[in-house]
Order: sequence, then C-alpha cells, then structure tokens
Amino acid sequence: MTSAADTDPSPTDIRTDYLAQMRQKRMLNMILLLIFATLMVAGFYTADQRNAGGFWNGWRHILDFPADVVGEAYERAHLLPGYFVKYLPSLLETINIAGAATLIGAMLALVASMLATRGLAPAGWLIAPVRRLLDILRAVPEIVIALVLIFLLGGGPVPAMIAIALHTVGALGKLFSEVNENASLKPVEGLASTGGSWMQQMMLGVVPQVAPNYLSYALLRFEINIRASAILGFVGAGGIGYDLRNTMSWGQGKFDEAAAIFLLLFAAIVIVDQLSSTFRNRLTHGKAYKDKGAVL
Amino acid sequence: MTDVAIYAAADRSLTRKRMFTLAAPAVILAYLTYVFIAFDVAGLADRVSLSNMQTLVSDTYSYKVHVTRDNRDGATSVAIEGERKGEYPEGTAPDWVTLSDTTRVDLANGAFITLGDTTTFDIPGYGTVTATPGRSGVNATFPPGDIPEWINASKNRVAITADGARLTITRNRTEVFRYFYGWELFFFTLDSPFHGKSVTELLSSGQYGAIWSDFWSNKMWRHADVAWALFETVLMAFLGTFGAAMIALPLGFLAAKNFTPLGSLRFAARRVFDFLRGVDGLIWTIVLSRAFGPGPLTGSLAIMLTDTGTFGKIFSEALENVDDKQIEGIASTGAKPLQRYRFGVIPQITPVLLSQVLYYLESNTRSATIIGAITGGGIGLLLTQAIITQKDWEEVSYYIILIILMVMAMDSFSGWLRRRLIQGTGEGTH
Repeated sequence: MTSAADTDPSPTDIRTDYLAQMRQKRMLNMILLLIFATLMVAGFYTADQRNAGGFWNGWRHILDFPADVVGEAYERAHLLPGYFVKYLPSLLETINIAGAATLIGAMLALVASMLATRGLAPAGWLIAPVRRLLDILRAVPEIVIALVLIFLLGGGPVPAMIAIALHTVGALGKLFSEVNENASLKPVEGLASTGGSWMQQMMLGVVPQVAPNYLSYALLRFEINIRASAILGFVGAGGIGYDLRNTMSWGQGKFDEAAAIFLLLFAAIVIVDQLSSTFRNRLTHGKAYKDKGAVL
Repeated sequence: MTDVAIYAAADRSLTRKRMFTLAAPAVILAYLTYVFIAFDVAGLADRVSLSNMQTLVSDTYSYKVHVTRDNRDGATSVAIEGERKGEYPEGTAPDWVTLSDTTRVDLANGAFITLGDTTTFDIPGYGTVTATPGRSGVNATFPPGDIPEWINASKNRVAITADGARLTITRNRTEVFRYFYGWELFFFTLDSPFHGKSVTELLSSGQYGAIWSDFWSNKMWRHADVAWALFETVLMAFLGTFGAAMIALPLGFLAAKNFTPLGSLRFAARRVFDFLRGVDGLIWTIVLSRAFGPGPLTGSLAIMLTDTGTFGKIFSEALENVDDKQIEGIASTGAKPLQRYRFGVIPQITPVLLSQVLYYLESNTRSATIIGAITGGGIGLLLTQAIITQKDWEEVSYYIILIILMVMAMDSFSGWLRRRLIQGTGEGTH
C-alpha cells in the first residue's frame, strides 16, 4: 500500500491512498457482513426444514401452551399454595444437588488449579496433563455423564451431583488457575523458607490471596449449576425437573401442578441469582460498591 | 488509643479470624454430611449395577460375534453383535467358523466347539463337555470332578464362560459368543465388497467414490447421520448465540442509563432481560417444543431466548461504561446522532461484545447437546437413543468422544476468531 515510497507523497496522494484504503476496508467489512447474513438466513432455513413443525405454522401456537398452563393455574389458583408445599422438597433436592456439586467441584478445582499453575505446581511435568484433564472435564456436557451414571447407579440425585461436580471441576479449575497466576509468590517463598510443606504453602500462602475471587467464581457456578440440576432432573436424575416432566406428561387439564413447579423454579433461580450477585459485588468491590449488577 | 486497647483489638480480630477458619470447614462438612444422608449415598452400594458396569466397559473396547444354532430346525447363523445389520450372508462365515451339519467353531488357545444335535466343547486343561438339548431339557456330561464356577449348569440351561468366549445351550438354541477387541464394522459393513480389505488394498483399488459411499452409508454406525447431527448441534449454537446477540444489541441501548434517560423504559427493558434469564433454557425448551416440535429450530430459538436476556444485561453494562469523550469528539465534527453511535459508541463496545458472544458460542454448543437430548435433535438425540437401547455402548462411547471433540473444536475456533477480530486487546475478558 506504500506505493510512493521513493518520492515524497503529495497531500492529494495521501488523500487518495487513504480513501482507497478506507474503501478496501469497507468492502471487506461489507463482504464479511454479507457472509454472516447469508449464514444466518441459510442456517435458519435449514433448521426450519429439519424441524418437525415449521416456524411459520408453529409461531401462531407459541402461546397455546403457556396460555393453557396460565389458564389452568388461574382456574385452580386456590390449589397452588398446596402444590408449592408439595414440591418444596423436590426444589430443595435440586438446590442441594447444585450446592453439593459446587462445593465438591470447587474443592477439587482448588487442588487441580494449583497443580495447573506455573510456579505453584509441585512438579512441572504435572501442568500440561492436568490442564488437558480440565479441558476434557469442561468439554463434556453434564447430561452425558449423568445419563451414563443413571444407567450404572439408577435414577436419583447422586448421578446428577457427580455429573455436575465433574463439569464444575473443569470450569472452575481453569478460572481458579487464571486467578492463581496473578497471586504473589512472595508468601509462598516465605513459607517454603520456614520449611512449610506444599500443602501448607498453598493453603496459607496462596488461598488467602485468592479466596475472594474463588468465592465469587464459585457463586457464579452455583447459579449455573442450579439450572443444570433442574435440566438433569428432567432426564431422570431427581429433583424438581423430574417432577416437572411427570406433571407435564399428565397432559391437558392437569397443568396447574406444572404451573406451580414453573413458578417455584423461576422464583428459586431469580432469588439465588440476586443473592449471589449481591455477595459477588461485595467480594470483588467491597461493601460500599453499589449493586451495578456486574457480570463477573 | 492506648497500646493495651490496640493489643486487645488485634487479639479480638485474630480470634475472629481463627474462629472463621475453623468454622468454615466445619459448616462445609456438616452440609455435605446432610446432603449425603439426604441423597442416601450409603445405600448406593446396593443400587449400583455391577453387571451394567461390566457391559458398558467391555462393550466400549470389544465386540462379540454370535454363532447361533436353532435347535428346532438345525439352522446356523453368524452375526456380529447378534444384529441383523451385522449378519453374515447365508452360507458364509468368518474363517474361524466352519459351517456344515456340525458347525465347528475355533476359539483362541486351542479350544473348539462343535455345534450339532450334540454340542461338544473342548476346553484345554479341563476336558470335553458334551450336551444334547432335547425335549426333557439339556443333558450335559462333564469331565469327572467338581464342576468349576465358570460353568453354570441346570436342567434347562448350560452356560460356560471360557477365555474370550461364552457358550449357552438351551432347549431351543445353542449360542456361542466370541469376543474381539475394537469396534465392529466401523468402516464397512459385511455387505460391502470393501469389508476386511487392508488400507493398501483399498488405496490401490482406485474405487474411491464407491469406498467413500460404502463408508458414509455404513448401516451400523450411520456416519452420514452422525455428521449431520453434529452439524445440527453446532447450527443450533451458532443461530442461538448470534441471533440473541442481534436482538440484544438494540435492547441493550434501551437498558443503558446513559442512552435511555427515560427511567420507565429502562426498567421495562431490564425486567425483560431478567425474565428471559430467570425462566431458564429448560422451560423455554419445553414451551417452544410444544409449538414447533422437536428439531434444531426449537433448540436455536430456546438458546436465543435465554441468551437474549444474558446478552442484554452484559451489553447494557458495557454501554454504561463507554467513554463519553469519544462521542463528544465525534459530535464536535458535526456528526448526526446515528453517526455518533456508529463511530463514537460501536467501536468502543465491539471488542467487549464480541468476546462475550464468542465465549458463549462454545458454552452454547454444550447447551445445544443438552437441549437436543431433551427435545430431540442433533447429537444429543443420537446419544440418548443409543443409551436407551442399553446395548450399543460402543456407539455411546463414540458419541461421547465426538461431543468432546466438537466442544473443544468450537472452543479453539471461537478463541481463534476472538484473537483475529479483536487484535490488540489480547485474550478478551474471559
């Protein structure tokens, strides 16, 4: 693009050069945008073709099911409090699955992240394999592990808990090790000089530095895991998702119980999201920080 | 403050810290104990199905060939995994089976079985077992001595488990399973002329088109269907993520304090985001699949709805953090409002937005697998189908490997795209 390197370019040359460059850049952006638009349109067309019911027939019925559910819930609104009480234990189970999985996953991730961080790992050759292991754990969707475990262990909350915990190890392990990389190594060296074991160096030298960030990430994971736990219930792993599938299968005229479960799940997700985002803001910005709803 | 007071304050603070370091693990332990009791983890040992585990593990690395003799009409058939798709054509058999009136089956280590009206099993180091199935059951004779534990004999059924093989005799049927390592018929099924050929033979044959079409239409592994299912899953993630980003961008402006002075409008936009996120992908999937039926469109729209809420929140926060100076600079050149947005705002937020969207592309590939398993579509559907049959565990392993590779590929692709598109800002926020 520097065509006039041997002679001093005149202002008009610079101007035409600049405009040509701009035109080229715009052309490139236009082409990229066009490709993107074509991909989107073609993609939606393909998806529509492959779907059992097409979009153009379906969108008119999109409110049928919600209308049924809301209508039936409204008709038998006096029964809803009873249903809330009835399904509260299931909701608790869903939350417990997420809670236990997050705790177990976070504790394993803590150890794994230390092993995967340069400068903290007790042996250098450990770093690469641990990182690959975390990558794999992160890549496996929870449902895959859960379905296999349901086959082995039977239905119930334990397969879901293990499945979510394993995915959590992968997800948090990576985030934790990113946090570890920013931790100061001086306390670790200090502890090493007094003869502290690796475990002591990590627990006393690193963890206090990174604990707020860890906690913040773990809380975010907990929010995600509640949703995952509800979904896994739907494929047979207990909790409120399992009840939801059962009540849905009873069909029309019985949707009031499904409505109660929808409401419970919605309320649980919103409340946990709010609580955890308040806590996370405190952790990362101190108490004075006003809730701006920061994502991370 | 006196020294004493300072010391006292320090002591109190230390005591509190000490209490906390002891209390936190205790609380965690108490909670986990409660959960383990509530989930009946102790009773898990009774519920765990060891035979299922054995099937799963052995199926993953090996397969079996069934040699079956129908004892009523004397017909003998050979089929891989006992499936019709893996049946050897009438009158043909692998080289370790000699078909005749009394079929001879050679097993590894010098053992062999003859299948006829009377079945004999020569086991080196033990002796010959003879069994004649008839009206009154299975009359079996064993070598003298105690019957070992790998032989299970009753009046109507004799089962012998030997090294790498298994023989079952009942009144109606005599069946030999021989186990082999690997995944059966992965490349070509038995009806393909290319079955059993080596790579060099295939390469030198020159019939690449026929080879490819035989591989691609493999009835056992359905490579074409699997590839299409993977594509469908990626398509769901792609359409859902970018569709949501396109809807969330204008809505994000509505929810940002510095672009929408009208409080009520801002409040409404934010509640819409909260609602979309709070209802959650599971419920959106259920609602949408009622209207559109199973398939990739339902999955795409479910991802799109959930992520519109997430992106709306992220985008509006990014918009609230834009630097006003750039917008003022653009305005000072006489730019109209639309131009101010185009040149003052968009360049500032593009890196943040793009890196978030690309990050979600990878996570949505996983969501698309899960949604596919719930509504039916993509690789998630194939996986659940394979698990429900409870016998094609080698296919389950195959799909799991493919899913892991797909997610990892999407992860590296989105990372690569992020670096290409956001030069200079490095890795992005995640």
